[in-house]
Amino acid sequence: MSQVLFFIAAIGVISGAVGVVMLRNPFYAVLALVAHLLSLAVLFLLLRAEFVAAIQVVIYAGAVMVLYVFVVAYVGDQTQPLGERIGAPGAVGSRLRLGGLILAGALVVELLIALLGTGLAAIDGKGAGYTPGPEAFGTPAYIGKLLLTRFLLAFEVASFLLLIAAVGGVVLARRRHGLDEQEEEDLLVPMDLLRPGSAGTMAEGVGRR
Amino acid sequence: MSIAWYLAVSAIVFSLGAIGVITRRNPLVVLLCLELMLNGGNLALIAFSRMWGNGDGQILAIVVMTVAACEVCIGLGMIVALYRRHLPIDVDELRELQG
Amino acid sequence: MSQTTYGWLVLAFPLAGTLTIAFARDHLPGRSAGWIGTGAIFLAFLAALGALLEMQSHAPEHRQMVSSLWNYASTVGVDAQMSILVDPLSVFMILIVSGVSTLIHLYSITYMNEDEGFKRYFAYLNFFVFSMLVLVLAGNFLLLIVGWAFVGAASYLLISFWYRRTTATRAGIKAFVINVIGDVGLVLGTYFIFKHTGTLDFLRAFHATTAGAFGHGSDDGDLVAGCMLLLVGAFAKSAQIPLHTWLPDAMEGPTPVSALIHAATMVTAGVYLIARMHPLFELAPAAEDVGAIGGAATLLIAGSIALVQTDIKRVIAYSTMSQIGYMIMGVSVGAYAAGLFHLMTHAFFKALLFMGAGSIIGAMAGEQSLEKMGGFRKVMPFTYGCFIVGGLALSGIPPFSGFFSKDEILLVTGERGGWHWALYVAGYIGAFLTAIYTFRMIFRAFHGEPVPEAVELKAGTLHHAHEPTNPATGEVEDTDVGFPGPFHTIAERAQPMRVAMSILALGAFGAGLVQIPKVDFVIDDFLAPSFVGSRLYQTHERSGLLIFGVVLGTVLGLAGIALAYRVWVQRPGTATAVRERLRPLYELLVNKWYFDELNDALVVRPAAAVGRFAMGTFERVFVEETLVGGTTGLVRAGSAAVRAVQSGFVRYYAALLVLGLAGVGFYFLLQT
Repeated sequence: MSQVLFFIAAIGVISGAVGVVMLRNPFYAVLALVAHLLSLAVLFLLLRAEFVAAIQVVIYAGAVMVLYVFVVAYVGDQTQPLGERIGAPGAVGSRLRLGGLILAGALVVELLIALLGTGLAAIDGKGAGYTPGPEAFGTPAYIGKLLLTRFLLAFEVASFLLLIAAVGGVVLARRRHGLDEQEEEDLLVPMDLLRPGSAGTMAEGVGRR
Repeated sequence: MSIAWYLAVSAIVFSLGAIGVITRRNPLVVLLCLELMLNGGNLALIAFSRMWGNGDGQILAIVVMTVAACEVCIGLGMIVALYRRHLPIDVDELRELQG
Repeated sequence: MSQTTYGWLVLAFPLAGTLTIAFARDHLPGRSAGWIGTGAIFLAFLAALGALLEMQSHAPEHRQMVSSLWNYASTVGVDAQMSILVDPLSVFMILIVSGVSTLIHLYSITYMNEDEGFKRYFAYLNFFVFSMLVLVLAGNFLLLIVGWAFVGAASYLLISFWYRRTTATRAGIKAFVINVIGDVGLVLGTYFIFKHTGTLDFLRAFHATTAGAFGHGSDDGDLVAGCMLLLVGAFAKSAQIPLHTWLPDAMEGPTPVSALIHAATMVTAGVYLIARMHPLFELAPAAEDVGAIGGAATLLIAGSIALVQTDIKRVIAYSTMSQIGYMIMGVSVGAYAAGLFHLMTHAFFKALLFMGAGSIIGAMAGEQSLEKMGGFRKVMPFTYGCFIVGGLALSGIPPFSGFFSKDEILLVTGERGGWHWALYVAGYIGAFLTAIYTFRMIFRAFHGEPVPEAVELKAGTLHHAHEPTNPATGEVEDTDVGFPGPFHTIAERAQPMRVAMSILALGAFGAGLVQIPKVDFVIDDFLAPSFVGSRLYQTHERSGLLIFGVVLGTVLGLAGIALAYRVWVQRPGTATAVRERLRPLYELLVNKWYFDELNDALVVRPAAAVGRFAMGTFERVFVEETLVGGTTGLVRAGSAAVRAVQSGFVRYYAALLVLGLAGVGFYFLLQT
């Protein structure tokens, strides 16, 4: 049973990944990543990492991807043909694509050799034994205990890092001069006359009337 | 399934992410592919954690996720800032740091 | 004070003089630079006298003293020290050098009175005297070479003193280049000596040589090679054939410079060298013979050229060359005392002649050609008298000094016997020629119809040229620094000049009295301690050749004067007629035996061709394009290649990252 589940989840993971790389529309790419993440969570569950799987769904697929969706919506639909045009027009872009494919192919081969060809006997095993219980391997209690004892420093530093990232994000994306921006665009669209004053479009929110 | 399968999947996902980083021109998608690579790493970590039977790998995977979140935050903030200044959202066009 | 202390003082005073004048030149009022220079050399002369007295108070065996001030390095077996050797020979030389130099400095104060480069002149002149004293006092080969080179440099500086005259600068370069050839010979000769004796110090080297450092026979290959190379140096410095072409051109310098450097001191350095190196030369008779023949050839050739020269200074220059030929011949055949005695007397009368020439050139407002001079006898009596005294001394008429010294050289040469008889005959022919050209010069300049300048002078005004011109080429000059300027003076009007010339005239007249044959042997005895161990040094012995030589010398001298009188005073057209009859001979002599043309063809043209090749082809193709261009091209290409990596494309960088990752992974895979 778990093998079937493994294969379904693995296919989901890999097709999601392929989708992210291949799909031209960034919105579709985001959706592919979400699918990839959910399949990855299933794989985590199969590996008895319950808490991490939950985290993956809630935080990663839940919050981070939502952020992505917002930004994609804001920036717009920049559908572009895949991988061409590095610098001058010509075959350089396709050269890079080809080179990249070859490199990544070499990388995957190496990694497979490295991971599977090692003398690590345990790889062929199914892992250490598992005894279910309230603080069994992979439960929130187990993780929580680890976080607050052995990995306390990492925990604290990670939270600090989150703070910095939040501040950084605000700084990067804020408006500089308030609602009244000195922009050259004075084009008035007929819709402006019909727009109520209190509500605003996103464009207004960022200072573009 | 033995742990080896999970590691194989992890390797494939990682390489796919690498291809995507090299190939795509939209910085948003580049960031997405970067997430792919991180996820590949996470999968390997969880697999090894299961192999050894202690929670170190899972803790590390959580930390990686945290870092990925922060990085996405900053990265997307930069893209928004680029967009606001009417700069092209294209990694090929953004090359002022050239030699 | 010991004699070596005096020796160091002799060196210190001129050095102090030159440094003072050079560094304080902006603060020296008026003509004080000249007096400082003269005073410095006079103090050196006094110190030399002190050294003399101190030395003579020792027993003869103890008169050679070496003093070392500083040890440069004693590595690799080379004992490089700053040491001086104070012995009779060097004291003899420093007395002459400092004595005559003092008088010439005194003369120069008024001669160069209004020259723009007055201070520079005295600084250079003091530097020259310092260098010459270093050369003569040197106690080892190192300091000798240093002094040798400095003297060459000072000569260059002083010859091209009026540096805006192209003729002067060219002459300076010519002198320097030929002197450098001599320097190379000297250094290589030193190497050969050092190779066998293992020391640079003179006394130690001589001791080692006589003790058998070069084997126990004579004419050992290395020793002959070393002595021949030393001769090259001596010949270059003393202007002997074939390295003599620089001396006539060196007359471009101011007349006192010609008097000091090119008559009394620098050109005698070669004579001093051979005398000093006598232990080496005596064991290499082949080199000695070369020296003797070279000296004899020079005295004849130079004497013959002097017969047809029209520039008064060049007549005296060739005369110098000829007399030095006598000296070189003398010290090469073993007549050390005689050769050095002639050096002393020659210094007196030649400096006197040059000073007189300066005076008459002043009267002619810079014109130096004998063809334009005449009839100054009555209006410049003092100068005329000096010329007569100097001329008689030069011609070897008793009782003037030149007679005694020249005859003694020839006497010793004759006494050597064998093929030296040819040198003996050559010497007397040269004496005859000397008398002729000397009095030709005197008669043409002072006798005959007074030229306009003489008439002006008689009226009381010194002739001044309308515009200053270069006497050789006739091109017009201005009066700014670098040119002599319009100022000229004559001895009759300048007290310092008269004082200097009078003292020299006394010397020219009376210096011979110290070494009258069979009567007194002052020079012989004085120099004997320096020549201990010499198999050729003779004292007190003279054979029957003496009387014959004395009579022959006097007769030839008087005959020469008489001939000159007849040709140039009594029958003025004779010279022109003889010239026409012997046209080819005249051409040979006027073109100075074509030595300049020979040098040009053998040395100058090939050197210029090599220089053109080096500049045009080698430099351009090899150095510029290949070495320099290649290196920069390589660097540029390399940096261009590296620069291509910094494209600015993020994707490219990412690809490189993955490449690196794959590479590292591959490397580690290979390890396992």
